[in-house]
Amino acid sequence: MPKPFREVLDSGKFVVTSEIGPPKGTNLEEMTRNIDLLKDKVDAINVTDNQSSAMRYPSLGGCLLIKDRGGEPILQMTCRDRNRLALQSDLLFAYSRGIRNVLCLTGDSIPVGDHKEAKGVFDLDSVQLLRTVRTLESGKDLGGNDLNGAVKFCTGAVVTPEAHPIEPQMHKFKKKVAAGAEFFQTQAVYDLNNFRTFMQHARPSNVKIFAGIVLLVSAKMAQYMNANVPGIFVPQELIDELAGAEKGKALQKGVEIAGHMIKTIKDERICDGVHIMAIGKEKVVVDILAAAGLL
Amino acid sequence: MIVGDRKPFDEIKDNIRDYKKILILGCGTCVSVCQAGGEKEVELLASELRIANKLAGKDVEIGQATIKRQCDKEFIEPIVEKAKQYDAVLSMACGAGVQLVADVMEPKPVIPALNTDFIGITESPGTWVERCQACGNCLLEKTGGICPITRCAKGLLNGPCGGTKDGMCEVDTKKPCAWTLIYQRLEKQGKLDIFDEYNPPRNFQAVVMPGKVTKS
Repeated sequence: MPKPFREVLDSGKFVVTSEIGPPKGTNLEEMTRNIDLLKDKVDAINVTDNQSSAMRYPSLGGCLLIKDRGGEPILQMTCRDRNRLALQSDLLFAYSRGIRNVLCLTGDSIPVGDHKEAKGVFDLDSVQLLRTVRTLESGKDLGGNDLNGAVKFCTGAVVTPEAHPIEPQMHKFKKKVAAGAEFFQTQAVYDLNNFRTFMQHARPSNVKIFAGIVLLVSAKMAQYMNANVPGIFVPQELIDELAGAEKGKALQKGVEIAGHMIKTIKDERICDGVHIMAIGKEKVVVDILAAAGLL
Repeated sequence: MIVGDRKPFDEIKDNIRDYKKILILGCGTCVSVCQAGGEKEVELLASELRIANKLAGKDVEIGQATIKRQCDKEFIEPIVEKAKQYDAVLSMACGAGVQLVADVMEPKPVIPALNTDFIGITESPGTWVERCQACGNCLLEKTGGICPITRCAKGLLNGPCGGTKDGMCEVDTKKPCAWTLIYQRLEKQGKLDIFDEYNPPRNFQAVVMPGKVTKS
């Protein structure tokens, strides 16, 4: 049995989480393999919720599979695809099936995804969703009605340390803390100096913060993210390092960079843990953990 | 004002293909200001249709008129007699105007020539931008006079998403992030404490569809 995630948070250990993107379709073989690979090596595994607004197998389904395989899932829930009724009923279902951790996000916008004419719901926002979890825990729903059986979740949120300007983001961070967020998994962090500054502002809030580590697989990917992915900033020296890697060794270099960052964060205890995102390359998470000296 | 823009010419042509006598009816208020359906635009569309029909060898009579407002019966009634001479009315009003003309002139077919886009303002000559979604529950007093329901691409109520880049929106990087604007405005007003207040979920039934307001 895995340790409940809240116990891990309370233990004060350096927390390591990772995430899995479900398949587009019902073939769960690869996801199952990735779960089996990671479940005993990380403290919990997030399952993304129609990540990048692309329709996929649901986060809930992925989380149940993690439970089945003996891992500790974190249910990612975005506000993009469901209204407050659907979000609440999914939370009831998740709890009834043993899911105990939920990460509340706004969600990417519809136009970046693969159903560009769909309606973006956003009936609730991420702060309201966090409060919704707490409301359900009190035995009531958002309509003020009594629940026959409540929920209890360890509830997390996200924050973007590289948002520009940062001030409105920090105010929202505090709103999320006030709404009941117990832990934060950040958007990708590459510039540790910027991240240290962010942590100086975030530290007094007394919540657990896990730095987002997104595996870089090439200099081209890093440049693409800088140009196209809001909230991500890869410093030039890392791009140069990747570009300078021997042919066919860029991925290995990316693993080294991620491993080194994790080790630095842990050794200097810059924050409380890391959240490793190896988008589409979940197998490599084990190599990153090895490079960070965490295996 | 209500902002609209003209439908593609081919779509308009296709929608009126069955009629031999068509009255193009302009609206002298909002869509006149946003240069989509006023007197000038009626003239232009009439000319385009006449030329297209001539080139196609089609014998279609095109009439023109513009009234002050198509969303008020009193302005439509004086044009009813004239409209009786036509098979159909091609309305260049917003969706509200098209519908009222269709009600008043029933059973005359009334065809829309515009797409109605939003409630907005003139940003600069020739550019109109959305400012209000008519949600029925104005919260501008909490957001420095900048509407996040309208101007945030996700309609968020409690601050920006993580996608702000250089103060611009992640969904359309040519548009400013509404929550950055709100932050800056409240900061200038010395009212950042409002920014930190929790805004509860919206009441989507503030206006029960379809909306109705009655003055007693």
